[in-house]
Amino acid sequence: MNTRQQSKLIYSWYGKPLASDRKLRTSQYKGIVITSESSKTETCIQLGDFILVEGMNADQPYVAQLMHLYEDGAQHKRAVVQWFCRLEEIPQNKRRLLKREIPAQEVFFDQVLCYDTDIAAETIIKTVMVLPLHLGEELPIITLNKEQTFYVRQSWDGKCFKVLSPDTFSKLEEANKKRGVITNSSKAFTPSDILTPVKKETESVARSATKPKDADMEIESKHSTSKSSLAKERHSQRVANNDIKTPTARKKLELNSPTRSKAKLLGCEVLGLLDDDCDAIAPLEPSAPKRKVKFTGEILGSPPKIPCSNAKSKPTCETAEHHQKCSDTTRLSPYTKVKDFSGKDRNLDEEDNILLPLVGFQKASSQTPVLTPRSRRTCAQKTSALIAEQISMLDQEDFSSDSDSSYSSSSEEEEDDDDDDNVPCTPEKKTKSSKAFSTPKSSRKSAVHTPAKTPKKTGTPRTPRNATPEIPRRVQAAQEPASVLEEARLRLHVSAIPESLPCREEEFQDIYNFVESKLIDGTGGCMYISGVPGTGKTATVHEVIRCLQQAAENEELPPFQCVEINGMKLTDPHQAYVQILEFLTGQKVTATHAAVLLAKLFSTPGPKRKTTVLIVDELDLLWTRKQNVMYNLFDWPTQKHSKLIILAIANTMDLPERIMMNRVASRLGLTRMSFQPYTYKQLQQIVSSRLKGVKAFEEDAVQLVSRKVAALSGDARRCLDICRRATEICELARQKRAPEIVRMAHVTEAIDEMFSSPYVNAIRNASLHEQIFLKAVLAEFRRAGVEEATVQQVWGTFVTVTPVIWITGWFYGF
Amino acid sequence: MKPSAMSKRKLRESSGESAECISQVQKILRERFCHHCAAGRLFGMEQQHRHLLELLRRTTVHGESNSALLIGPRGSGKSALLNHVLKDLREMEQVRENLLEVHLNGLLQTNDSVALKEITRQLQLENVVGDKVFGSFAENLAFLLEALRKGDRSSSCPILFVLDEFDLFVHHKNQTLLYNLFDISQSAQTPVTVIGLTCRQDILELLEKRVKSRFSHRQIYLLNSFDFKQYMKIFKKQLSLPAEFPDESFAQKWNKNVQLLSEDRAVQGVLQSLFQHSKDLRSLHSLLMLACSAVTVHHPLPTAADLQEAGRQHSTDSKANIVHGLSVLEICLIIAMKHLNEVYDGEPFNFQMVYNEFQKFIQRKAHSMYNFEKPVVMKAFEHLLQLELVQPLERPSARAQREFLLLRLLLDSSQIMDALQVYPNCPTDVKQWAASSLSWL
Repeated sequence: MNTRQQSKLIYSWYGKPLASDRKLRTSQYKGIVITSESSKTETCIQLGDFILVEGMNADQPYVAQLMHLYEDGAQHKRAVVQWFCRLEEIPQNKRRLLKREIPAQEVFFDQVLCYDTDIAAETIIKTVMVLPLHLGEELPIITLNKEQTFYVRQSWDGKCFKVLSPDTFSKLEEANKKRGVITNSSKAFTPSDILTPVKKETESVARSATKPKDADMEIESKHSTSKSSLAKERHSQRVANNDIKTPTARKKLELNSPTRSKAKLLGCEVLGLLDDDCDAIAPLEPSAPKRKVKFTGEILGSPPKIPCSNAKSKPTCETAEHHQKCSDTTRLSPYTKVKDFSGKDRNLDEEDNILLPLVGFQKASSQTPVLTPRSRRTCAQKTSALIAEQISMLDQEDFSSDSDSSYSSSSEEEEDDDDDDNVPCTPEKKTKSSKAFSTPKSSRKSAVHTPAKTPKKTGTPRTPRNATPEIPRRVQAAQEPASVLEEARLRLHVSAIPESLPCREEEFQDIYNFVESKLIDGTGGCMYISGVPGTGKTATVHEVIRCLQQAAENEELPPFQCVEINGMKLTDPHQAYVQILEFLTGQKVTATHAAVLLAKLFSTPGPKRKTTVLIVDELDLLWTRKQNVMYNLFDWPTQKHSKLIILAIANTMDLPERIMMNRVASRLGLTRMSFQPYTYKQLQQIVSSRLKGVKAFEEDAVQLVSRKVAALSGDARRCLDICRRATEICELARQKRAPEIVRMAHVTEAIDEMFSSPYVNAIRNASLHEQIFLKAVLAEFRRAGVEEATVQQVWGTFVTVTPVIWITGWFYGF
Repeated sequence: MKPSAMSKRKLRESSGESAECISQVQKILRERFCHHCAAGRLFGMEQQHRHLLELLRRTTVHGESNSALLIGPRGSGKSALLNHVLKDLREMEQVRENLLEVHLNGLLQTNDSVALKEITRQLQLENVVGDKVFGSFAENLAFLLEALRKGDRSSSCPILFVLDEFDLFVHHKNQTLLYNLFDISQSAQTPVTVIGLTCRQDILELLEKRVKSRFSHRQIYLLNSFDFKQYMKIFKKQLSLPAEFPDESFAQKWNKNVQLLSEDRAVQGVLQSLFQHSKDLRSLHSLLMLACSAVTVHHPLPTAADLQEAGRQHSTDSKANIVHGLSVLEICLIIAMKHLNEVYDGEPFNFQMVYNEFQKFIQRKAHSMYNFEKPVVMKAFEHLLQLELVQPLERPSARAQREFLLLRLLLDSSQIMDALQVYPNCPTDVKQWAASSLSWL
């Protein structure tokens, strides 16, 4: 990947500016040309095209539709896009709303308000296909360009899924049709994104920006309007500052998405622009250098002028269409008709897409996308792909062994072809790693699916890889508490989550404020929380996260994601990387690879990445000799684009000083908080708040427990456990009498049971010889004056202490 | 003629009948004494039984998570108690099919990785293929925790974790397994009850503080807290035949005999000394086992003498027995070592020193003992080494000469004297020499 990044990419405008604003020095363009220096290829992307945009995960670029291209005052190339989101970007708990299996190539029309739609043009990777489908519609059969074709059925607005409105649907259709028309008109033409090195219209290429140094990076600003006054103030300030500078951006955005509230957009936009000056090296477009086009003269000749003229003639009305949502008559025609049409359209499109790479040597068969005999080598790949597709429709999970074998063989061929002809394809690595975590899908080159693993053939249960972790359900329903004491016991269980955490209000507020301020600022930071076990550290932090999530749902705060790792639940400190990465992106990789990916993730800006709150429990167990795990964890938040907030929890107050190297402790910072052990009053309050409304305990009994525990450790868990035990003792003692409440006697018994030393009792119940032996040990200690003795010495004393009659053979067997 | 034939036949009949009886008696008693975990009766632990049963019942019926430790010395009936409780539990209507059990043993699951695989296997989770669990330790842990996290109190099947030899789990790295089990039992996940069995009283001090905080501190102690009277009752109960024994008259006879035995002074003496030595019921079982093996057709009822003999066998010192089988030369060497121990106050010695000591004795009493060659003495000495009556301090290395290897005697002087008392045909000179190393002066 690195080598690829080193090759230069030049982004230049395609055509003359459509409109420009002299005052603001912005100008709009209809297309952008990406030139790769190493491979001498050019790619032209036009408005309305569907594109891949670099995301936080190199294997999963974002899908979007290009809406606008413009150059801003600072001569940075910008693009405005309509996002589509992949399934992976949708929160796990919302995926259930779909109630259907989502193929990997399906995306959702994104209506989430908080994503920034204004991106740097340099993050565009290449064009893809996005086909709109109706909800019930099957996936059309596509054969070749599977990696580059997406489908959209529903829209996603952050809360629920909706069927595409006819408007959007037709617009998407339109975008596709435009491409379709182009390709139709120039029969055996290339995908519109591949151009031969053309000289035409170079005069219109205003400036070429070399990627690595010059790139504008887009700072993701997901701020929705915050209700906190502070944030509001900031917003308004920023707006005021930038209003004059970038009015077009605002105007465009307003036009672009009329559904959004003005204020919000302003905030996003302006923030984004504000942050423009803080650049970072953008990860380069990964696949471009691989493209080498060796088309025949005929193809060379086919000019990309048609699209140009097409686009030229239309642009104003098209944008108007887009923004004001007026559609022409054909698009208003009945749904079915549109569908038909689209179907045809798609077919054409597909045909085009499928056959293009083969055109060089196999033009004849391009017109007949029917099943050709498998034996014919040239057609083999298509056929096998078709078969695979059909089977995947029958059996979403896997292929039958039969097709798999033929499939794999032909896919090898295909790969050969690929290599020979340099067909545009995604890099090998990309496909591989994306496969590693995707559910079985009917994609080509699926080396993962060996026939042995398919359930059809072997009939074995599901392989461990996709086993779902689940405990069997119980046969009979659990009984609900019947008596007062049972109810009390249920509430006193440590696992019972109280509505509020009494006695930790201050700590709660401190942590809440810390995280909230970082969330609003969109920055990162660390906080170290310490305290002896059972003082409510983890519970408080969880409560904070719960409240913040609530606030984020109510759109009072920018959305964030929360990751939790626990040092005790890791087998090795380095596994922390694996767990964090798996939570963030769903990938399963090795620890070292995960560390690299995470470092990349947190050091590069991503347009759609949310802030991450990372809770690290039992921090001291992440200690390694070189402390690189801790170092990395605390280093990430200091990075500019990390948007990472770390809450580290451990037992010891002086952990940073004791076990951390200076450079780690310094990165951890000085934001610390220590949880004091509970006092007896607090413990009493905790117990009584849990027992609110249940009359099960005497007031004095609770106080006794609280005082005892506070004197010993201040561990709330212990306090609750004793109370729970006391209810049991009470229940046992009650027998058949009237319901009773827990009194002092019961509590005392429970305390004795838990705190009394077992030794006295154990010695009292030991056998006679055992007792004598203990005495002999003591006597020997006293005699020698040292608290150490060999068995031989003790034995000597033992014989003198023990009456002679008792000495039997058992004696020697001690 | 006739009466004698009649009596003979009668005798044969009765003996045939009693042979069947005897074999049945032996079967019953053997089962009782050898399979103490499975069906042994419980003595003096009604309260603990009730506590544990109530605890597990709540887990299964209400889905309440718990953790508890059963602590008691070896042979105090921890496993027996648990087995009893589980048996009672399974008989309950609302519990059947509602409890998953996972049994782990610290001697078998020597590290957390093995333990996790075993848990996954016993729970039959979905990543079990056949009888094997694949995947790395980290994957397995993540998978299991995820599985347990998904459950909740009211719908998931409760899981009972039994950790035998709990103290060995404490030594696993970071106590990861214990932390996670206790953590689950303290959080709103799949209901889990963790029962640990251990014989270490100081077990709580071995737990790490955060593990300790998550443990509910429920400790059930089994301490053999009975006195000698109860011990006698247990003895009677263990030896008596059950009421459902087929041959009623024989059972009555047998039980009466048991009653008589328990009143016998000699028997009480044997039991008393055993009781003073150890309250462990297993040692009582092995004593009774020895006594009952003497029961045959011709000797249908055990007598006090049988018990005394059993007590004697049971209490013999194995090392004294070994000394009985030694040659005179070897005895002499042991006596020489004993003197060396006395002279140097338990400091280690080597062969050369022993040989010198032995030579002194030979020179003085040359007429009564044959003077052996040094290699022969060496051979005898090596035999002692093999019998592990003497033990080298360090591993014998190729460089050090065997004569100068430092050794230690594993016998006590009183044991040696006792053994010599009963040693057959021991030369008087040797006996005298054993009594005092200075007698030749």
